[in-house]
Amino acid sequence: MLKDITLGQYFPGTTLAHRLDPRTKILAVVCYIVAIFNCHSAWAYGLMVLTLVVSARVSKVSAKALLRGLKPVLFIIAFTAVLNLFYTPGTTLWRWGVLNVTHEGVVMAASMIARIALLITGTFLLTYTTSPIQLTDGLENLMGPLKRLHAPVHELAMMMSIALRFIPTLIEETDKIMSAQKARGADFESGGLVQRAKALIPLLVPLFISAFRRADELATAMECRCYHGGEGRTKLHVLHYQTRDYAVLAFYLALAVGVIVLD
Amino acid sequence: MSKIFQTDNLTYTYPGDEEMPPTVALDGVTLDIERGSFVVVLGHNGSGKSTLAKTFNAVLLPSGGTVYVDGMDTADEALLLEIRRRIGMVFQNPDNQIVANVVEEDVAFAPENLGVPTEEIRRRVDDALEAVGMTEFTLHAPHLLSGGQKQRIAIAGVLAMLPECIVLDEATAMLDPMGRREVLNVIEGLHREKNITVVLITHHMNEAQHADRVVVMNDGHLVMDGTPKAVFARARELRDIGLAVPDTVALLRELKAAGMDVPVDAITVGDCADAIVRAFSGSTSAAGQPKSR
Repeated sequence: MLKDITLGQYFPGTTLAHRLDPRTKILAVVCYIVAIFNCHSAWAYGLMVLTLVVSARVSKVSAKALLRGLKPVLFIIAFTAVLNLFYTPGTTLWRWGVLNVTHEGVVMAASMIARIALLITGTFLLTYTTSPIQLTDGLENLMGPLKRLHAPVHELAMMMSIALRFIPTLIEETDKIMSAQKARGADFESGGLVQRAKALIPLLVPLFISAFRRADELATAMECRCYHGGEGRTKLHVLHYQTRDYAVLAFYLALAVGVIVLD
Repeated sequence: MSKIFQTDNLTYTYPGDEEMPPTVALDGVTLDIERGSFVVVLGHNGSGKSTLAKTFNAVLLPSGGTVYVDGMDTADEALLLEIRRRIGMVFQNPDNQIVANVVEEDVAFAPENLGVPTEEIRRRVDDALEAVGMTEFTLHAPHLLSGGQKQRIAIAGVLAMLPECIVLDEATAMLDPMGRREVLNVIEGLHREKNITVVLITHHMNEAQHADRVVVMNDGHLVMDGTPKAVFARARELRDIGLAVPDTVALLRELKAAGMDVPVDAITVGDCADAIVRAFSGSTSAAGQPKSR
């Protein structure tokens, strides 16, 4: 039952967006976000939407998949929109009791909706086309300069990739423990919220104990394979920027600069 | 032949805490292992065999006595990486020793740690995967493989360090018979073709059949040391320390007890079958009807 949980919503593919260097995609998304927050006029937002649509087309990610990403944040979007709608001072358009809708409020609410929606879908496009391993690799590489400031960049990336590696293993284990507890009469499905939460204790305790044991064994196995931190480490797959990466980066950079300067 | 391991009066004590008193796991073990040999270490649970293995690549440092690996003292911290590179360790639980999400990345883990150049890593990964017969799974996710396949990946992972010796610490204990066969075949192949020293720690007596030396541990002591034939001839002593002789030897012993003229030191299934056939064709009238097992 737990097998169908998908983490890191990656859709494998071979499109241009998939083949781009993960660093390019991360930087492009950063540029895109910067551009979004500097948009003021309708034409700028239009340009942003157009960019997103074209990028999604190139990555062959369906509109449905992109919009699905918005579902969890729908409440936040609505909440921000309502707040902005009623609490922005300016010329009053409509008034009812304490509620006061201003012209500025409507504009603000609309642009807030557009900003959050574009921000979320833009980031989702990144995770849809980049596998978690590539993402980790790209982030580690981009954060590289922070190592000089003694930031544990390699360690964080290693933790991230081990976590990703063990998600399926731990899910499988949870399934097994659940079956074992059910066979002993445990009931995970009925009762109220509190009762259900309590029923999870006999599941979580063995799961945690086994996770700690695994961590201990994995650490030994890693040391046996000469792991001694990130120092002097080489890589099987080295990231290389290609011409297409420069082109894409230049485009997004131009987008961000253009919006800041012109709008 | 030079010695790859030399232990001298090796003692190891697990430190205790409030609930547990300290336990002596190894008590005065003196053992030499020749380069290029295939040694099986037998013993029941708690005999100290796994502890012994962990002292071989400085995962555990001796509480007393010394361990030398290729003439290097494991207590010398400056030699740690070189010792661990030469001695590849494969553990019991395949899930808990695979680090990466992709088979090739996992095999590349050790050479990456050692700072091997990228092209050389690629070559080593491909060679190691070929040596364990897993080339077609290069880009697979490890958690979708069978137990035997995962252990073969773990073996490839240590092979990529180009080790002198592979120590398998109960590496077959969690596998089904098929998986165990796969792993043992790979190990035998590596020993035969690449002349890698193998130390196989197990409680499956049948796995001792391909060894050229069997070492038996009990209660932290080394109690028997010799060829498989010599060790399994001491069936009663083995039984006293909670170990049984392989099925083949047990069968031949019973046949002999029933009056059939068979040798009792044929360990492999093939040798055992030959011995029985010979006994039948040699003296069809002399031998009584053998008891079926």
